[in-house]
Formats: sequence, C-alpha cells, structure tokens
Amino acid sequence: MADASQGSAPKPSSSVKLVLLGEAAVGKSSLVMRFVNNDFQENKEPTIGAAFLTQKCPLPTRTIKFEIWDTAGQERFASLAPMYYRNASAALVVYDITKPSSLTKAQHWVAELQRQASPGIVIALVGNKLDLATPSTSPEGADEAAEDENDDDEADARKVPTKTAKAYADEDGLLFFETSAKTGENVAEVFTAIANAIPETQLKGTRGSAAARAQEESRVNLSAGRDTMGAKEGCAC
Amino acid sequence: MMQPSMQEPSDLDESPPPLPPRPKKLPPVGSISGIGLPTRATTAVSVTDFQTPAQGNAIRNSNTGSESIAPANELDESMSVRSTVVTVEPAMDAESLLGEVLEKDTLAWRTLGPMPAEEDIEIFPSDAEFDDNFDREFDELDDMTSDGLNEQAVVDQWKSKLKQYFILSRAGKPVWSRHGNDQLVTSYIGVILTLISFYEDVSDSLRGFTSGSTRFVVLTKGQLYLVATSSLGESDQQLRGQLEALYMQILSTLTLPVMERMFKVRASTDLRRPLQGTEKLLSALADGFTRGSPSTLLNALECLKMRKSHRQLINNAFLKTKSDQLLYGLIVAGGRLVSVVRPRKHSLHPGDLHLIFNMLYEAGGIKAGEGENWIPLCLPGFNNTGYVYMYVSFLSLDPAAEQARQRLAPMENLEEVAVILISATKESFFDMQQMKTDLVEHMSKNGSYNILKNCVKRRRLSCSDIVPGSPLKHFLYKSKTNVQFAMPSFDPLFADEISKRRLLTLYSQLQASIHSRPAPPKVHHTSSSTYTALAWNTQLFELYAIAPANTSRIELSQAANKVVQYIRREEERVFIIGGAVF
Repeated sequence: MADASQGSAPKPSSSVKLVLLGEAAVGKSSLVMRFVNNDFQENKEPTIGAAFLTQKCPLPTRTIKFEIWDTAGQERFASLAPMYYRNASAALVVYDITKPSSLTKAQHWVAELQRQASPGIVIALVGNKLDLATPSTSPEGADEAAEDENDDDEADARKVPTKTAKAYADEDGLLFFETSAKTGENVAEVFTAIANAIPETQLKGTRGSAAARAQEESRVNLSAGRDTMGAKEGCAC
Repeated sequence: MMQPSMQEPSDLDESPPPLPPRPKKLPPVGSISGIGLPTRATTAVSVTDFQTPAQGNAIRNSNTGSESIAPANELDESMSVRSTVVTVEPAMDAESLLGEVLEKDTLAWRTLGPMPAEEDIEIFPSDAEFDDNFDREFDELDDMTSDGLNEQAVVDQWKSKLKQYFILSRAGKPVWSRHGNDQLVTSYIGVILTLISFYEDVSDSLRGFTSGSTRFVVLTKGQLYLVATSSLGESDQQLRGQLEALYMQILSTLTLPVMERMFKVRASTDLRRPLQGTEKLLSALADGFTRGSPSTLLNALECLKMRKSHRQLINNAFLKTKSDQLLYGLIVAGGRLVSVVRPRKHSLHPGDLHLIFNMLYEAGGIKAGEGENWIPLCLPGFNNTGYVYMYVSFLSLDPAAEQARQRLAPMENLEEVAVILISATKESFFDMQQMKTDLVEHMSKNGSYNILKNCVKRRRLSCSDIVPGSPLKHFLYKSKTNVQFAMPSFDPLFADEISKRRLLTLYSQLQASIHSRPAPPKVHHTSSSTYTALAWNTQLFELYAIAPANTSRIELSQAANKVVQYIRREEERVFIIGGAVF
C-alpha cells in the first residue's frame, strides 16, 4: 500500500511529507481520496486517528512522492497533531467555505504550524466544498474569480467570501485555493502548487528508495528526529 | 453408534481435548434411541410434547411450548431446580413410552413421503408485521418539518423500532441514542431519569422493567446511565451485555480516568462533544446487536478455519518480524481471527476485539484502499486507563480487485483481510509499518500468504458439510476454554437478515435458558411447529443447534454429538489455541 517508488523513469524522485489539518467534516479525507484515488464518496465516515497515504506527483523536472498524513478533525485528536506535522515539509489546512467557524479553526492551525512546525514548512490554505457555492462565483480558477460576492444570494451556501480568506492567506504568506473534492475542481492544482513550492534544496538526498526509507524512519522517530530536521530546514531557508 | 458424551458433561470438564473415552461406569444408555440424551429420564409432559410434531400437522400451534430436561445422572447432584421439578414425574413410564413411540415416529416420518427440498423447509414461519418492522428497523427517521405537522408520524416511526438504546448522564444530559434527535428523545429521557432517580432515592437501583411487550434494561456505570429497550425477547443479561459493549466503546474513545475527570469538573458535562465522530461506531455496534451477533451473544470470537500447520506458518512469520514496539499483532479476515501474536502474560479480551472488528468491518470509517491507519484507542478490557495505538492496513489479496474496491461500501469490506498491529508507543507508526512490510514479505516467502488467500476465498462450511446426513440446519458451538465459537454458514436457510434475526432470537432464548439462575439446566430442548432446537451446556462448551420440526430429539442429539465430535477432531483448525506468544 505504502509501497515506495516503483522505478518511475529516470526523473529524480523525492519524498515530501504532507499533513492535512482542519476542523472535522471539512473534507480533508475527501481531498486526499480525490488526489490519491480520483474518487469521491458522499457522507464519508469521520476519520479515526489518522490515515497515511502516498501519491506521486510528476513535475516537469522531477517526481514528488507525497507521504500524506490525513488527520482526524475532532477536538480529542488535536493533541496528537504535533506528531504528524513536526517533520512535515508541507501542510494543507482545510476549511469549509460554507462554515465560517471552520476558517477560524484553520487560522488556529496555521498559527500553531508557524509556531511549532519546521520553519520552512509550505502551508496551503484550502477552502473546500466549492461545489456548494453558486457556480457563477468561480466556475474555474480559484483565486481571483470570486470577486463578485454572492453572499446575499439566498441559494448560495457559501458563507466565507473568497476575498476574506484570500486576504488572510496573502497576509500570512500561504498558498490559497478553493477546491471541490466532489467535482475534483482544483484538487490536483493544490498538490502541484505545493510540490512546486518546496525548495529543491530541501529535496536533495531524500529519495524514495528502500535504503533511504530506513534513514527516513529514524528521522520520523520524533524524539530523535527533531534536531536533524531542524538542521535541514536551516539550510533550506 | 456414537459416544453418548452428552450424558456426562461433568466428566468432560476436567479434561482438555483430546478427550478421553467415556468412562465405562456410566449406565449403558447408548442404544440408538438413548444416544447421549437423558431421554429416559424425561417426563410424561415432555413426551406428549415431543410426539406432537410427529403426529402430523393437525395441532401444530398447540405445542410451541418449551421445556427443559436435565441429564439423568445429574439428579443426584440436584443440579437444577428445573430438573428436579421435571423429574418428579414418573420416570419409568415415560421411559418405556418414549422408547417405543420414538421408533415408530421416526419411521412414520420417513414414510410420509420425500423430504422437502432444502429451500422449501421453513424453519421460522413468516410474520408479516415483524418482517415489516424489521425491514424498517435501520431506516433513519424522517426529519421533523418546521411546522411540526409530521410530528406524530415521526414519533410513530420512532416507536415502531424494535430496539432502542439511550445513553445519558446522571445530570440528565443525552449522550447518545440510536434513533431520534434530541428534540424527540429529550422527554423520554426525562421519564427514564425520573424512574431511575425514584429508585435511587430509596437506595435501590432500577435494573429493568417491562412495558407491553417491550423490555427496558438499565445499566448504571459511574456517571452514565445506559438504557436498552427490546421487543426481540432478549434476556436482561443479554441486553446488559450489549449495554456493556456500548459503554466499552465510550471508554475506548475517552478512557475511564478522562471521563471521570470530566464529570468531576462539571457534573453536567456534555459528553457528545468529546465523543464527536464516534456516533457511527456506537450505532454500528447497536445495529449489530439488533441484527443478531453470535459473537456478542456468546461473548466469544470466531476464527478463520485453517490447518494447524498453516496457521503455524503465519504465527512464525509474525514472531520472526515482530517489532520491539509491538504489544499485540492480529490478522483478521472479515471479522474472523486468523492469527494472534501476544506477550506471554497478556491475552486479548473478546470485548476489546469486538470493538476493533466493529470499527474495521461494520462502521466503515476505515476502509481498504484508503491507506494505512494509526488509531489511538483504549482497549478497556486490557487497560481502561490509557491509550494504545493501533496500526491497521488492509492487505490487497486480490490485485485485480485493487482498483475496483476503492468504491467499496462498508458492508463490502466484510471479507477484507487486515493486519492490526497494536503498540503502546504513540510514535511507533513507522516501526509498525515496517513490521507489516516485513510480515507480508515473510508470509509470501513461506507460502502462508497464498494459503491465507485461499482460506479467505473458501466459503464457510455449510451444516451438511460438517455433519453430513444429519437434519441439523445450523449450530453455534462455543469453546469456553478458548473463548471462541464456531458455526456453519447461514446459507441457505438463514441467509437473509430476517431469518438470521429469527435464528439469533432463538439462540438468545436458548442461551438465556441455560444461563438462567439460580439453577440452569444443562440441556434444554425447545420445539415449535416448524423447528426443534437444543441447547447444551457443559463446562467445556456450549452448543446450540436447530433442526426442522420433524426431527426427533434423538436425531437432534445425535447430530449434536456429531458436531461435538467434529469440533474435537478439528479443534486446532477452527480455533486458535494459544496463538503465537513472545
């Protein structure tokens, strides 16, 4: 399942650890499902604990292998989150565009990541459930299109204007996307953008090969791994 | 013809399998009609009852009663009140009468014409009202409209449920209920709470009561009240067992000290928030009980049948690849245990495993094709004060199905094989992941991977495979020493949900009867116009078996003996004895 790289061509391949955070039921697992299996399920059961998945993302010059931690959003799992984000090079912080409180929660997560995760971590803020907004808002292309606010529109379930979230993301230097795991809109784009945003320097030496995996494992062992990672981040910045 | 071992259950008690031959000193009742059953000691009452089905269809409905009889040799032990009462009747008369009638009856039956085809046998007559209710049992209630006009309809829907479960705090806060939203449930919860407090005020505790045909059972656990209502005829003890399981699920999420602390800080704590996301686990457990779960009924586990040497191969792979961080390792195929590796001093609590299996195979939160999972949970039977961490990975036994199964609905998860590695260290995910990779590699090398694949593909044996030529249609055999049970396939007679529920209802009645206090009978027969059934309790095992009504008791007990022989012969295949220990 988590089988490592199956010799994907001559392109150099490197692993990127990515963590998904966000309030319960915003669609974290659905985003991952769409990205990994190109699949969607209505009424998905809540994730329990965390799920670990991998998916390759081919870029023009290299292949990125995402090692994804899809965490459960319930409050009681919050204390376990550091275990998943501590060594991550990327984080996807997800909120639900129909639920303002979920953006607040997302902002808390971003703050926590900025405070406690690796300094070079790439964070993407993702507003999910775009399919619930009236199509006129932004049929395609996430960022800009939603200038015309449909807030007054009764039929529109959107409660978080694109502008608000985008402004916040810009301020904090986050990547920003609005996605629909249901339709697949923008999902691949998020991951590609993250892959592109990871500095090349940081990827050196991390290979998906079996030998390197063992090395990685010791790095993931958190108690031991922190310092190593810190050093790495240092040179990345 | 066969060992009349049923006569001497207490003799079996001492000796673990393989069992010694029956001592010679026993009274020689081993003739065909006396097979293992204490028929000679039964009563006139039972004889009449017994004959009725054999006399044709005329008075079918009059003999739905059941009675219990005790093995003759237990008279001296004055084992049970029931047996004493029954055997007060003139035994001698009954004996001779029974012996003769029996022979004739079975003959008569045989000559009555060809046996009906398997599919035509009706073990449980259908009951349109029950069927209808059961069909709708798992439907969600309609939403109450804002004008409240459909309120009565929703309440009626709610009241038509055969089973209800409520969990509430002492302060009267709803924690969880299987059916109905707060709005609907609150007033009923108020009534329950009033009843409970009324008794508590006089330093008594309300344990259960009956209203109409519905039984209410209350279980008090610390600051929680758990309430079950049932119209399925389950015993208090069984309902209490189900409530215990729900309570364990709550502990599994929170741990006992955490929950106690919450209530200590604020008695009116709303537990729904910390339990958020586990509603489905509770509902899946509850629905399992409502559908009928042999595992919960018997408080035992089922194993995947496999040659001993084959299981040994898997166990060896487990032991060879064991990580230092490992506490328990399990391989499970569709809720059936394949292999266990455990520390010498610890065994696994069936209740804990039931929670895990429920999470993996019923609740649908964890699915094949959705990666590897790392789940903190408390196993209350193991230790209710802390968390362990569970690594779960489903094996892709069939690469072709790999693609297709991404869309699997929860129920289709059922035959999936999962590797479950439990560690006490929260940061050992990658150790467990490595161990799983090593384990699968090792199993591929020593051939056990393919063996497992084949065993999973093989269907459960049917009753006629296990006891060929017997009239038996289904049985449950629980090995008390191993805390495991074995059963044949529910196909073809009990394959659908309703027939299965009826079968399990019968089993639960039988189970209740041989566990009734103060003096449970060792053997219990019951018959209706359509079936005849047997429950048999020894210190080694419990056996429940059912056959069509035209089966004589003798035939039924012969078949029961054959089942016992089969299990004895196959014990190390159908059960896991000990497992791999480190």
